[in-house]
Amino acid sequence: MSATLTRREAVEVRRTAEGLELELTGEWSVRALASIEAALARIDVASVPRVRIAAEGITELDLSGAWALRGFVQRARRAGAEVDFRGTPPDQLRLVDETLTEPAAPDDSALPAERLAAAEPGGRALVAIGRYAVRSSRDLVAGLAFFGRTCTTFVADLARPWRLRPISIVRHVYDTGITAMPIVALIAFLISVILAYLSAQQLRGLGADIYVVDLVTIGVLRELGVLLTSIIVAGRSGSSFAAELGSMKLNEEVDALTATGADPIELLVLPRVLGLAIALPLLTVIADLIGLAGGALLCRYLLDMPLTQYVNRVNESISATTFWVGIIKAPVFALLIAFAGCYRGMQVRGSARELGHLVTVAVVQAIFLVILADALFAVLFMRMKI
Amino acid sequence: MEPVVEVRGLVNRFGRQVVHDGLDMQVNEDEVFGIVGGSGSGKSVLLRTILGLQRPAAGTVRIRGSDITHLSEAQLRPIKAGYGVAFQSGALYSGLTVLENVQLPMIEHLKLPPAALEGLALLKIRLVGLPADAAAKYPAQLSGGMVKRAAVARALALDPQLLFLDEPTSGLDPVSAAAFDDLVLYLQQHLKLTIVMITHDLDSIFRTCNRVGVIVDQRMISGTLDRIVDDPHPWIRAYFHGERARARLGAAHGA
Repeated sequence: MSATLTRREAVEVRRTAEGLELELTGEWSVRALASIEAALARIDVASVPRVRIAAEGITELDLSGAWALRGFVQRARRAGAEVDFRGTPPDQLRLVDETLTEPAAPDDSALPAERLAAAEPGGRALVAIGRYAVRSSRDLVAGLAFFGRTCTTFVADLARPWRLRPISIVRHVYDTGITAMPIVALIAFLISVILAYLSAQQLRGLGADIYVVDLVTIGVLRELGVLLTSIIVAGRSGSSFAAELGSMKLNEEVDALTATGADPIELLVLPRVLGLAIALPLLTVIADLIGLAGGALLCRYLLDMPLTQYVNRVNESISATTFWVGIIKAPVFALLIAFAGCYRGMQVRGSARELGHLVTVAVVQAIFLVILADALFAVLFMRMKI
Repeated sequence: MEPVVEVRGLVNRFGRQVVHDGLDMQVNEDEVFGIVGGSGSGKSVLLRTILGLQRPAAGTVRIRGSDITHLSEAQLRPIKAGYGVAFQSGALYSGLTVLENVQLPMIEHLKLPPAALEGLALLKIRLVGLPADAAAKYPAQLSGGMVKRAAVARALALDPQLLFLDEPTSGLDPVSAAAFDDLVLYLQQHLKLTIVMITHDLDSIFRTCNRVGVIVDQRMISGTLDRIVDDPHPWIRAYFHGERARARLGAAHGA
């Protein structure tokens, strides 16, 4: 019989009359595992009666190497070959064998729904829809419960105002309000510039330059001042509420508070909600002011309108309610943002990934709720003819 | 024989607070070396320094001969692949399952087919005594003892010859802690590991350690367990001969 000799990195294969003879050489470690696996995979064990392995040539054998060797031995045995070792099999192989052949617990973790889905392809979509619906409705109920709990805690605390944590509230006014002033002012300015430019371009052709003032003033005071401020605050503070409370949940700080008899809603949620409800209207006032100032600047340099004329026109264009229609929305938006942030933060359990996911959800929902509420306000004010 | 870990003249300080001042430590092949010290004595700082997570103010840290204090991140990579670390709280990646946690170092350092990744990860998970169905669980679903075992499984992912354990038995009940000691001994004997272990647990020390290093007065006093137990330093005497230690010591000496 002709003996074919194949030289490989880790395995030397010799075909003899009885079957295969494997000479293992070199380093059988996790670092070389990719090439070992490849070399073993190339060995054809089909219709080989007997495989004899010599492992003395291995310079270093670790568990990963032994695992690869065991995989090959099992493959050869399944193919019907008789496998034995020249000399004693390596200890590591025995260790891997012992570790992996202990009785494994029956894998029974699949849920009934998953079994159904697996059994019936059409069931999969149905299960997914059903699950989503149940989860969404539960989420809604839980969100309302959270809102309700916070409100009742607030009402209960009104009778004993010292429990409202004034220092904590002030801290949140500072964090969410004072530190947001520069960015809010900048954005309000830029928005009024955009608005003035856009309207000037359109109205100049009609000779109605003066209405640029109306557009900027009413636009900023009624809608854009409060809406853009809320969106910035949702991104800044909604996310920070969710992240802060979420990491406190992960760190079991919230559980520690509950365990000491303190109410996390009263201690953590209420100060944030109240702080933001104070800060957001104030930020809106700043946004309104800067927006009007930006309009004035633009009218002065773009339309050559004297400042006195701008001020007069502003006075004519706004009614008594224009400012209040905008500012009244601010506390409502603040509540929506703070609730979305705190509620999602309190939902975090278990993992850092969940924290990231829920912070994202908090910001997206806060912005969505703010815009939805703004739309409802628009309809309401129209019906009220304001 | 060359020491596996050798620390010479280590100085660590934060601002004015000096944590280590000329600390020496040596860990030899195939031994279980216990690092002991009071709270705030700088055990964790020492471990972080050895792991290259923190640069010392002075001194050298050699792992198998190469001084890691002057190496770049790229030069440290092969050295880091040569040891495994199980952190005190497990430090499992909370967004990944146990199986994925164990696979991560392999994916980071090796190019292996998915089947090999899964098989090897399962091997390590079974090796540390976790049931196979723990593989699909997330860290938040595991008990404290299982988290510690999973952390060891991840530390063993690259078949290191050197294993660092930071307070492996803290927070475990005595039965689980004893089982964990058994695991440490089992791994040490079967895988010929060198193990460096920070611990407060006297039972653990007597059960598993060959040599012990005690951090006192910003330095380390180290030696075989018998020698250290009889050391005259007041803190060491209080540690090994205090109310809580006496019963254990009597049992160890009686045996």
